[in-house]
Amino acid sequence: MKSNRLNTLTNGIVKSNPTFRLVLGTCPTLAVTTQALNGLAMGAAVTFVLLCSNIMISLLKKVIPDRVRIPAFVVIIATFVTVVQMVMKKFLPSLYDALGVFLPLIVVNCIILARAEAFASCNPVLDSALDGLGMGFGFTLSLTFIGIVRELLGAGSFFGMPIGSLGNVSMTVFILPAGGFLVYGTLMALVNFLTGLAENRKYDSSHKEKKNEKEANV
Amino acid sequence: MSKYIVSSSPHIANERTVTTIMLEVLIALIPAVVASVYFFGFYALFLEVLSVGAAIGAEALFNLITKKEQTITDCSAAVTGLLLALNLPVSVPFYVPIIGSAFAIVFVKMLFGGIGKNFANPAIAGRIFLLLAWSAAMTSFVKPIVWSNGEAFSYFRCILKGRDGLVDVAAVSTATPLASLRFGAAKEGLLAMFLGNVGGSLGETSALALLIGGVYLIVRRIIDWRVPVTFIGTVAVFALIYGAAKGQPLAYVLPSVLGGGLFLGAFFMATDYSTTPNTKLGLTVFAFGCGLITSLIRFFGSYPEGVSFAILLMNIVTPYIDKACRPRPFGYVQKKGAKA
Repeated sequence: MKSNRLNTLTNGIVKSNPTFRLVLGTCPTLAVTTQALNGLAMGAAVTFVLLCSNIMISLLKKVIPDRVRIPAFVVIIATFVTVVQMVMKKFLPSLYDALGVFLPLIVVNCIILARAEAFASCNPVLDSALDGLGMGFGFTLSLTFIGIVRELLGAGSFFGMPIGSLGNVSMTVFILPAGGFLVYGTLMALVNFLTGLAENRKYDSSHKEKKNEKEANV
Repeated sequence: MSKYIVSSSPHIANERTVTTIMLEVLIALIPAVVASVYFFGFYALFLEVLSVGAAIGAEALFNLITKKEQTITDCSAAVTGLLLALNLPVSVPFYVPIIGSAFAIVFVKMLFGGIGKNFANPAIAGRIFLLLAWSAAMTSFVKPIVWSNGEAFSYFRCILKGRDGLVDVAAVSTATPLASLRFGAAKEGLLAMFLGNVGGSLGETSALALLIGGVYLIVRRIIDWRVPVTFIGTVAVFALIYGAAKGQPLAYVLPSVLGGGLFLGAFFMATDYSTTPNTKLGLTVFAFGCGLITSLIRFFGSYPEGVSFAILLMNIVTPYIDKACRPRPFGYVQKKGAKA
């Protein structure tokens, strides 16, 4: 049971990473990751909303009538998004401006709706909270990583700090939308390659006697 | 390779291989290379060598890492590298052609499966990547050199810092004929534009050199004459219409045709086999589309030049053109009621 819960938590970080494996929420992923900090902030906002909405929906799963569940989910999610928006506007106005329209758009972010629909509406509260946390963490990690790569190549800085004179030779294309697609696609290929490699290794070690035979065939 | 190759029709055998075709393209580009050295000095040649080397190196490295059969001997990487270099202004630092070629080969060509499977012309996509990456460096042009002043090596000063490495940037900066056309009439003489003694990227300035290479390719039947003729013709017609609307029907025609990368694009980039339609009708439609988009971007867009964007966009719609222009098989009767 305990390892099950751990699985629920880590599931969203690597195995079903929302950005690289499930390919959900690509719109904010491509739009806000021009800087690492924006990616981190977007990820944190989504994590908070995901955690709260998963808990709330899991608690209310018996109350919400099946036929109107999507509007009900959206109302719950919108409530938390409004909270995030107001807090950010008050305390982090520059980040609020940087994220712009993508902050309110978290309401219709498919990761949150997908987790509500696929997980929180049919699982206990603690599991739902862990799932939300794991998924949110995976999303944050991916967005921050894409942001770091794009900022480094596109503006020659790391979390806003210029690195040497890298800014003089930086390639603007990476902070333009085209560069977003490029980095996203390349990183996704890399993640798929690495997870494939890891899975193969797992497979090989569990089928050690078959391994030699397989290699002989190749 | 296996001796018995099973493949679909047509089973026409001839001496031509990918390698010989690419070598012929390289031969056809020699006049443009000579012109680029004549007008911009030996730094132009240096950039071209660097770009070709980077393209070949990137392809070799990619094949090595992915454990694929080595494909650099088909010379297509060299063509891509050279075309990309001919699309650069002379005042770019050394790393621009290297990164551009590597991007063109790895991202546009090899990741899609190598030669024949790329969706867009690698050189065009590489140029657009560089244009978005270093907009300022890619759109600022300098004057052709004067050999009698001993300027043959003068643009080597750009090697590290690009244009900032030049002693007096303002004195050597110049507009391309297309940019001056945008702000009124072209200042450059038509003869200078035809020969290439104007500002522009390495290989685009000399219409004469490109024409020699293009005609060679058409005569050797490497490329179909329909593409360059339709492409350039469409641009000329639209320039005529645009000029007529402004009250000077002829003022725009020749500068539009001779200026910018039209000849380079029409003869060498819009004729790439894998990214253009297969039928003659399809090629005509493709070239017309290229000309139309080029004219629209030149006259109404925010960039002074639109040849590369036009070719990239038409590369992307090529599968649909092929589908629409499918030839009727011999003896095939269209079913009643079914409309094409």
